[in-house]
Parts: sequence; C-alpha cells; structure tokens
Amino acid sequence: MEYLFFSDEKCDILLPYISWEEISMEIGGEKITIICGHFGSGKTNVAVNLALWYKNMHPQADVALADVDIVNPYFRAADAREDLTAAGVRPVIPPFANSNVDIPSLPPELYSLFRADTNTVSFIDVGGDDGAVALGMYAEQIRAVGYNMLYVVSCYRPLTEKPEEAAELMRIIEQASHLKCTGLVNNSSIGAETTAEEIRASLPYAHSCAAACGIPLCFTSYYEALLPGLEIPGEVLFPMKNVTKQMF
Amino acid sequence: MSEKVLMKGNEAIAEAAIRCGCRYFFGYPITPQTELSEYFAKKMPKVGGLCLQAESEVAAINMTMGAAASGTRVITSSSSPGISLKSEGISYIAGCDLPCVIVNVQRGGPGLGGIQPSQADYYQATRGVGHGDLRLLVLAPSSVQEMAQLTSEAFDLADIYRMPAMILADGALGQMMEPVDFGAIPQRKLPSKDWAACGHENKRKKNIVNSLYIEPQELEEIVDRRYERYAKVEEIETRCEEYLTEDADVVLVAFGITARVCKTAVNAARAEGIKAGLIRPITLWPFPKKAIHAAACKAKAMLSVEMSKGQMVDDVRLAVNGKCPVEFYGRTGGMIPTPDAVREKIRAMLAQMKG
Repeated sequence: MEYLFFSDEKCDILLPYISWEEISMEIGGEKITIICGHFGSGKTNVAVNLALWYKNMHPQADVALADVDIVNPYFRAADAREDLTAAGVRPVIPPFANSNVDIPSLPPELYSLFRADTNTVSFIDVGGDDGAVALGMYAEQIRAVGYNMLYVVSCYRPLTEKPEEAAELMRIIEQASHLKCTGLVNNSSIGAETTAEEIRASLPYAHSCAAACGIPLCFTSYYEALLPGLEIPGEVLFPMKNVTKQMF
Repeated sequence: MSEKVLMKGNEAIAEAAIRCGCRYFFGYPITPQTELSEYFAKKMPKVGGLCLQAESEVAAINMTMGAAASGTRVITSSSSPGISLKSEGISYIAGCDLPCVIVNVQRGGPGLGGIQPSQADYYQATRGVGHGDLRLLVLAPSSVQEMAQLTSEAFDLADIYRMPAMILADGALGQMMEPVDFGAIPQRKLPSKDWAACGHENKRKKNIVNSLYIEPQELEEIVDRRYERYAKVEEIETRCEEYLTEDADVVLVAFGITARVCKTAVNAARAEGIKAGLIRPITLWPFPKKAIHAAACKAKAMLSVEMSKGQMVDDVRLAVNGKCPVEFYGRTGGMIPTPDAVREKIRAMLAQMKG
C-alpha cells in the first residue's frame, strides 16, 4: 500500500494514496512543493513535470517553477523555460543560469513565493546535495506557508545505490535546508537505455529507501516516450517528458 | 541490481580511477570538473584513500608529483585555467619520468573565459603544457563510458611508459549523464615500479627521482632516451575510430563531444546521398597520422570540426600532407557546433568542388 505523506512540523499525517487527483488536491493543499535529491537523480525533470502536470489539472491556478540550483552549471530547469511558459507555468530562474559565469545568485521573485499571503502554487527545484543550503535561508518562511518536500532517489546513481546511503544523504539535505523531507520519489533510470526491467528492478530499492528514510514512497517516475503506457500493479507511476537539454 | 549505473562524465572518471587502484587525488575545485573532486571526497575515505583539496592548482600538481614518485597511482584534475597553473609541475613530472593521470575538463578561454564546454586546449595538451622537450599521452573520450575506460587506460599507459597521461575532456562530457558499465573495462599487464622512491629499508640501492642534470651531455642522453620511448608510444599506442570512411568523399576529423555531433551530421549527409565519413582520434598524442593520411588518399576533401578557432586542423594538415584540401569548421566561447551546421559545411564544400 502506498502512502502520500504530507507534514508540517507540528503534525505528521499519513494519507493513503488513492488517485492522482488526490495527490493533486494534496499538493495544492500546500502552496510549496520542494524537489530535492542527490545531483543527477533527476530532480529537475521531476520538478518541471510536476509543475506542468499540476497546471494541466488546475488551469486557473497560478503555478510557478523555481530553479534554486546553485550547484549545476549546465543541465537545469532554465533549459525548460520555453516548455513552462507555453504551458502557462511561470519560470522563476536565476539571472545567470546557463550563462558563461558561475554566479550562485537566486532570483529576487523567489521571496514572493514564500510570502504568507501567496496565492502561487510553487514547485522548487533545489540543487543537489549541499546545494540545498540555498533553501535554508528561506526555511522559516517556507515552514510558515506550509510545504511538501519530495526526496528524489535513483538506484542507478553510484553514491546513493544503497538505501542507507540514500538515507544519509537525505539527512545532509535536511540539515542544509533546515527542512524535513515528507515523501520519496523513485526516479531510477539509466537514461535513454532504460527499459521496464530497470524500473521494476528499482522497486525493492525504492521501498527500502522509503523505510530507511522514514518517509513514504509517493511515486515512481519514468520517461513516457521510452515506455509508453507502462503499468506496474500496486505501484503509483508518474509518466514524464524528458526536459533535459539534448546536445547532439 | 543492474550492472549499469547512470553517471556524470566527471564521476565516471573518479570511479574508474578508484577501481583501477588509484588512492590519491589532489586537486582544486573549478567548474565544470568539480563533481570529480566531490566524488573523490565522498568515496576515497571509504576505500582507505586520500582526497585532498590543495591550496592551489600549483600545490596540487606538486603533491601529485610527490605521490607519483613513491610509485603509487595518483590523479589530479582541473579545467582549462587550472591546467595552465599546473603546467610547470607537469613539465617536472615529465622530466622525472613519473606516471600520473591529469584530467582537463575543458572550458572556454583564454583567460577566465567561461564555464561552458570547449576544446581550445588542444595545442596546450599536445604541444605546450610545460617547458622543455616533452610529450603527454593525451586521450580524448567521447562518451561517459569512455571517460571511465580511457581513465583506466591512461593509468596503464602512464605506468608502462613512465610518463604523465592526460584525459582531455570538455565540460559537456563532464556534466552529461549516460549509463556506464564498469565490468567492461580491460586492464593491462604492468611492469614493476623498481624506480620508485618508497623506502629502501637498507635492502637495495636508493632510488632518486629528479629532473635536474648538471652535465648538458647527460641531460641530452636522458631526453634522447625519453624520445625513444615516445617513438614506441607513437608506434604502438595510436588509436582512432573510423566511421563510414571506406567510400567517403568527405572525411570529417573530430574528437570528444564534437565527434558525436559529427557522427549525427555524417548520418544526415548520408541520408541525402552525400558520402561522408568520420575519423575520431582517441589518442590526440600520439595523433592518428597514418589513418588520416590513408583516408586523404581516397577522399576528395577533409574537414576538421572543433570547439576552437582551429587547432587540431594543423595536425590534420600535417597528416594529409597535401593529398587533398583540408577545411575547418569550429565554434568557440562555449558554443557547441550543431549537426545541421556541420552538414551545411559539408554541402558547401561539395558545391565549391563542383563549381
């Protein structure tokens, strides 16, 4: 049985997962959804796809996708700027993203997403590992508004291939961000060569990770173009579009 | 779990180094290679190794020299401006006949340049890294799998020929993620390091590691002997990949990430009936002169494609030696050539030849 887990720091509630509509309601229930994880775990793809999916479910909502990555110089949410804008999702992108300089500045509009009276539903793509430190300075405001923090893992990433390692990294991210992870996302993939077999093989890992981290497994994401119509009984799947920049 | 893992190119180099017995990393962070030191920082303590962030690139390369002198496997890495800083130390390492691996994940230059990918350190790697008569083994991977494979190969070659080996990658290869299979990496039989300064315990004559020779005649002899070894490397270790060159009218020459762009361009050109082919040098020094010369004897024209203002094209011209025209197409500043632009260049070359 899957659980979608939403918490604020006062009260942790486990909600059994029923449908994506419910997830939608719950994610909408909190104004802020943070997507964090080891670099290369696929956070950006998950964040952009969640924002697009939410906007599609709630066309009237003001939805924003914020790139709070101070670590990754090349592949980042800024690459999806056009996709997001076309879908009506507001990209909040650092001024120097994808330029020729390495300036870890954050966009000023970010503050507006964390205001107590915000009407925006925001998805926050956080830089890998200790890159989450950038989020820490907003922790107080984020806690006041209410948030979900989804921790993205992949069993095909070498430094988090054991559940204990994934749990250790989660704690590093929590320490850096001053926020608590509330749900796990299994984004196990070996890129363009991923088959249904790799996804199936990742599930025991995903469930062990959830147990080791003490948070529920929300869903397993995969590239729809690679595995159209993938179904795995008993598992919640999230089909995604690959928004990573292709260079050749 | 699957044998394949998904890694950034920078991480693949680090993991490959650890797997082939390297336990020492000295470096200083610089984009776009920093994941390499980050990976070592996390993994080295777990395997009983050392990852040390030095106070500068200059310090890091000299630490690398010290570790290499003791006979252990050692690696250092940087990106373009940092390699300039390391160049004095690299010359000393070559002068001491020490094996080590130096990684350059190139970015745009000159000067501070930018953080986007580049191949403009070709001259530096193959000609001008450090003073004196010296050569580096220069290996140019073009996939994340090759980042791993050639790192392992670089350690072996460095040990066999007692010379520094460089992995000449670029920011795109360092940052992009692809599946890697570490099970598929072969390793060579290696000579013992009886020259290493690792403590003689009064059981053997002491070994001295040094690049200073008081008598000019002695220095000349040492350099001559080194060049005999370099000649052997050129004879035995030159490597390249040929793609559809057999019947090609236009043969492209490209290395690293640019070779992948060119492969796509070659396929597109073939689809419209143009006989295009590609030679991808895997070793930049030694340069695959023979393969390029042989292709030039059959082709109508050659085209060197690089992320620079044209550096490898000089080596292509030397190899072609007037057998056919050699043209150049390149982007710089951190821009990657597109397959369409390369195909356009091929079309233009053919049109010019007909006209």
